[in-house]
Amino acid sequence: MTKYALRFVALFYLAFLLIIPVGLIFWRTFSHGFGPFWDSITEPEAIHALKVTLQVALLATACNTVFGVIVSLLIVRREFPGKRVLNLLIDLPLAISPVVVGLSLVLVYGRLTPVGEWFSGRGVNIMYALPAMVMATVFVSLPLVVREVIPVLEEIGTDQEQAASTLGASALQTFRRITLPSIRWALAYGIVLTLARCLGEYGAVAVVSGRIKGQTQTLTLLVDQRFENFDRSGAYSVAVLLAMIAILAMLVLTILRPKEA
Amino acid sequence: MTDALVVAAPRESRPPSFLGTRNRGRYATGLGVGLATLYLSVLVFIPLAAVVWKSQEKGWSAFWSTVTAPEAWSTIKLTVLASLGVALINVVMGTLIAWVLVRDKFPGQRVLNALIDLPFALPTIVAGIVLITLYGVQSPINVTLAYTRPGIMVALLFVTLPFVVRTVQPVLLELDTDMEAAAASLGASRFTIFRRIVLPNLTPAILAGAALSFARAISEYGSTVLISGNIPFKTEVASVQIYNQLQSDNAAGAAAIATVLLAISLLVLFGISLVERRAVRR
Repeated sequence: MTKYALRFVALFYLAFLLIIPVGLIFWRTFSHGFGPFWDSITEPEAIHALKVTLQVALLATACNTVFGVIVSLLIVRREFPGKRVLNLLIDLPLAISPVVVGLSLVLVYGRLTPVGEWFSGRGVNIMYALPAMVMATVFVSLPLVVREVIPVLEEIGTDQEQAASTLGASALQTFRRITLPSIRWALAYGIVLTLARCLGEYGAVAVVSGRIKGQTQTLTLLVDQRFENFDRSGAYSVAVLLAMIAILAMLVLTILRPKEA
Repeated sequence: MTDALVVAAPRESRPPSFLGTRNRGRYATGLGVGLATLYLSVLVFIPLAAVVWKSQEKGWSAFWSTVTAPEAWSTIKLTVLASLGVALINVVMGTLIAWVLVRDKFPGQRVLNALIDLPFALPTIVAGIVLITLYGVQSPINVTLAYTRPGIMVALLFVTLPFVVRTVQPVLLELDTDMEAAAASLGASRFTIFRRIVLPNLTPAILAGAALSFARAISEYGSTVLISGNIPFKTEVASVQIYNQLQSDNAAGAAAIATVLLAISLLVLFGISLVERRAVRR
């Protein structure tokens, strides 16, 4: 009896919090068939938003992949002063509001700040342009690669790496031949996680992009703009596109997960 | 790229006579730490310091009066209380869901288990759209939560759903059922078994999950911005107010509330790492 009561409560809660709401926008989007959905996400503004989103997400993911590998190696393999502080502060971005991330970047790199003016004097706009959007996205997804790679690096130990370097391999060769192959699944997991987070970032990008239509509008901003303009079905279409990307990322992650063990 | 590495590799493997491998390793460490620090400083530390700096520009008393001004204060109070409530609901519902997923067996369970992670994967604005479609003004089930505090709670519960479930689930899976069987054979009721045997084992995981939910709820923006309606004194959460202040060119006001949020986030983060370290030591 208790068993069924608990099962009912859990299912009821998940149904009304998660399953019905998410199901509803899929139903609203596809109830008139696939055509309207396709037309809505292939409008010029949507295509442009997709391009901007991909550009920002890929650049940010690339930055955080390189940074993530370097920092993981440093934290696990090397000793240096301030290591514990660094290890703790890496997680900081996950606990910070995306809007605060945006605000913090505006205060340093905004158009009217010394740094912003120095760059704009040289013809480079940081704020309300691609650089700031990439920076904001890098900020919010910073710890994701590091947190996946560190445990695996700790687990594999240094035996093989030491053997390789005894046999005369350079640091780079050891990394490429020994370290990288053993962390590749964890790294892939971290990269997919980062990419998914970057593609879906909203709050930080909303602040630093300036929401310029046809220039700095990403998919998440397009969802918001269409919704505010009472274009509900248009907003649903882009939201469903983003949801499908998220679900695809989840599927890839479940495939990657067991290979680590 | 690959060619460059191949060319560079042999040159690097020839050790200069006066520099041992250990020294070279130390230089590499120094270079790496330097680069990582630079990266973090440019992107994270300097910007965050600028927020705190901006909030203190006119002194502590100006900061304090900005934060305690009626509208700002009601926003901070609402955000903290809603986040505490969300953490509390997650403690109960998260543990219950984890229990059902581990100890119960029913068709569709694996799909349900996979769906738990969806709120993490879904962009926050999509979560907002999804919830306002079901609980908005034209709610198809006639439950309108838009522009109300319960609406904010639902949005926060949606985005924090996986935390407690995912921290409790592995502990519950590892938990040996021998002790529970022994207690049952000694005549303990199911509730007593749960309270005296299962719950004490789950408590650290539940607390960790609750702390993570709280931290996330405090800083949430995208999922609450649509459903809250941003009514001052009623449904305006901190992140939304920061955004609105920034849009109306009040960077100092935005920075003041942001500093309060940052302080709370830091406290929670240190708290979690402290609890984790103590758990490891045990």
